[in-house]
Amino acid sequence: MTALLFLEQTLNGLQLGVTLFLMAAGLTLVFGIMNMVNLAHGSLYMMGAFFAATFVGWTGSFFLALPLAVAATFVLGLAVETLALRTLYGRDHLDQVLATFGLILFFNELVKIVWGPVSIFMDVPKALSGRVELIPGAPYPVYRLAVLAVGLAVAAGLWWLIARTRTGMLIRAGASNREMVGALGVDIKRLYTLVFALGAALAALAGVMAGPIYVVEIGMGDSMLIKTFVVIVIGGIGSIRGAFVAALIVGTVDTFGRVLPAQFGLPAAIAEMAIYILMAAVLFWKPAGLFGGRA
Amino acid sequence: MKRRTLLAGLAGASALPMLGAPAIGQAAGVKIGLITTQSGPNAGLGREMVDGFNLGLRHAGGRLGGAATELVLGDDQFRPDAGKALAERMVQRDRVDIVTGVIFSNIMLAMADTVLRDRRGVFFINSNAGPSELAGKDCHPNFFSVSWQNDNTHEAMGQHMTNANIRRVYLMTPNYPAGRDALAGFKRFFKGEIAGEVYTQLGQTDYAAELAALRAARPDATYIFYPGGMGVAYIRQYGQLGLMQSIPLFAPSFSADQTILPGVGEAAIGMFSSTFWSESLGNPQNERFVRDFEASYNRIPSPYAAQSYDTAMLIDSALKATNGSIADKNAFRNAVRAANFNSVRGPFKFNANHFPIQNYYLTQIGRDERGRLVNQMRGVIFSAHGDAYAAQCRMRNA
Repeated sequence: MTALLFLEQTLNGLQLGVTLFLMAAGLTLVFGIMNMVNLAHGSLYMMGAFFAATFVGWTGSFFLALPLAVAATFVLGLAVETLALRTLYGRDHLDQVLATFGLILFFNELVKIVWGPVSIFMDVPKALSGRVELIPGAPYPVYRLAVLAVGLAVAAGLWWLIARTRTGMLIRAGASNREMVGALGVDIKRLYTLVFALGAALAALAGVMAGPIYVVEIGMGDSMLIKTFVVIVIGGIGSIRGAFVAALIVGTVDTFGRVLPAQFGLPAAIAEMAIYILMAAVLFWKPAGLFGGRA
Repeated sequence: MKRRTLLAGLAGASALPMLGAPAIGQAAGVKIGLITTQSGPNAGLGREMVDGFNLGLRHAGGRLGGAATELVLGDDQFRPDAGKALAERMVQRDRVDIVTGVIFSNIMLAMADTVLRDRRGVFFINSNAGPSELAGKDCHPNFFSVSWQNDNTHEAMGQHMTNANIRRVYLMTPNYPAGRDALAGFKRFFKGEIAGEVYTQLGQTDYAAELAALRAARPDATYIFYPGGMGVAYIRQYGQLGLMQSIPLFAPSFSADQTILPGVGEAAIGMFSSTFWSESLGNPQNERFVRDFEASYNRIPSPYAAQSYDTAMLIDSALKATNGSIADKNAFRNAVRAANFNSVRGPFKFNANHFPIQNYYLTQIGRDERGRLVNQMRGVIFSAHGDAYAAQCRMRNA
């Protein structure tokens, strides 16, 4: 592998990493604060993409559709939390897994009824449709660079929210000891709803941005969800900083894991295992994850 | 529990009186189990199978071969275990006479024994998956494939790229049985050099890393086998990297048909594909099929729909020959083997292993007069082409 190709693959890895981070941020907060396993997080990613595809059709503009879809999924997150998930916080993880798996089936079927069973088209916005030759001989799609930039900007915004605002303080407090936060008179129910909807909006943002590159179809969030769980386990459950670092690591390892084995004549199955081997290794030396506060 | 049945009566009210028990001297009717993928990312393919079959049933007047026809629908959920359980239920409880509709080879191989080993002599007349096992050593008197053998479409493109004198080709496919069959088929007829052979994860939709490696390998062309959403994602990312002009992309129909094109958009224009059938193939029965399919379902049919439609027409022709009865298995089997029907693909006959001998065409994606993306005919690659496994088949006399 030449140095230039190495650079290009690193860029690919980081771009996958920030997409994973947008998914992981919400999932790790919900897991860390509410102690809730939410398998339906991938469905929110999917709903964001489908909303955006529809809004692009209505408004004709990707840049209008993006905030609309994120807002719509935020509202959807509020509804899902209030109607379905609120009753599950006190239950054990198996109940939560079963119920949220049910939500996956519900959303998949909903999409099939509303949008039909075939993937739908969502174009790269004209302004971002070109390529730039950052690396000589390897023109890189501007859109993918934009995804990378948005992901980094959101990461910075989240850091500010968590570290510098009152809401963020409550979220951090909730992640380390929720009973105490409730005992101190914070309206924990409202905090839960807000955090869940925020997570839904971030997942939607990831889904909307993925729409023009990948494919807007039923179940599109499922494969992302598995990688996202790997990210939050490696990063440490409840830690945004952990999710960020782990997402970039997982994105990069996955990217190189997919191209390196072939160069050395190793079987393709290695690519599928790379991130799980990484996760096993991290759990062996740091059972709580890289930035996990609680064991 | 209420069964998900769809009576032929839906297609035409004329069939409704047949709901009652058959009178003596009347044909007992035929019950067909259509097992296909109706949920998840591949639900669109299942819809093609169901709609294609229903259109065939309607063209046959709601009664295949004049027999009262009952269609039982089942969703395999894209899971081999669910497909097998469904096959067991249909064969043992619903007592269907014929099973059809299975899209994926791994699901079909999981259920083949259940269907073919039933003592009643159930027929498996499949309309998509055509794994090498059932074409070769495991061929079975009651198994017929109305589509192709898995390797065929890829063999055709291998032949075309050899004819076109393309020297270095980069190959990519998902890492699963049909993917490996595909590249084996391609390489059987491609005489040039393989610049790279990459197997990706099934269901993967981000190809940035693999495409960067592809570009660095500087091949003359790329051949892929990515069905469904994987194909949509791959072709778009190929276009977004600007590779379409510098490294032309070739694919089988599974990555270029009407289940893919609406999701890909303009990026696909100019792409070549190989296929046994195309929406623009000109013969009277195909023109009627495409016209009526569009009128009924408001979209252009894909090869999946064409295969399923042909399966209904084949069963119709066989039941006509047996006066609407499937009771005499030998008579019905011989009638199916005769393939005495007008296929929408043109010439069609069965090989000794009950897989098709048919033509394979080269198509190119362009716009039709209404501006929609379609596969336009560019020529014949193979005439009356069979498969490589027929020689390994020792067909028992059942």
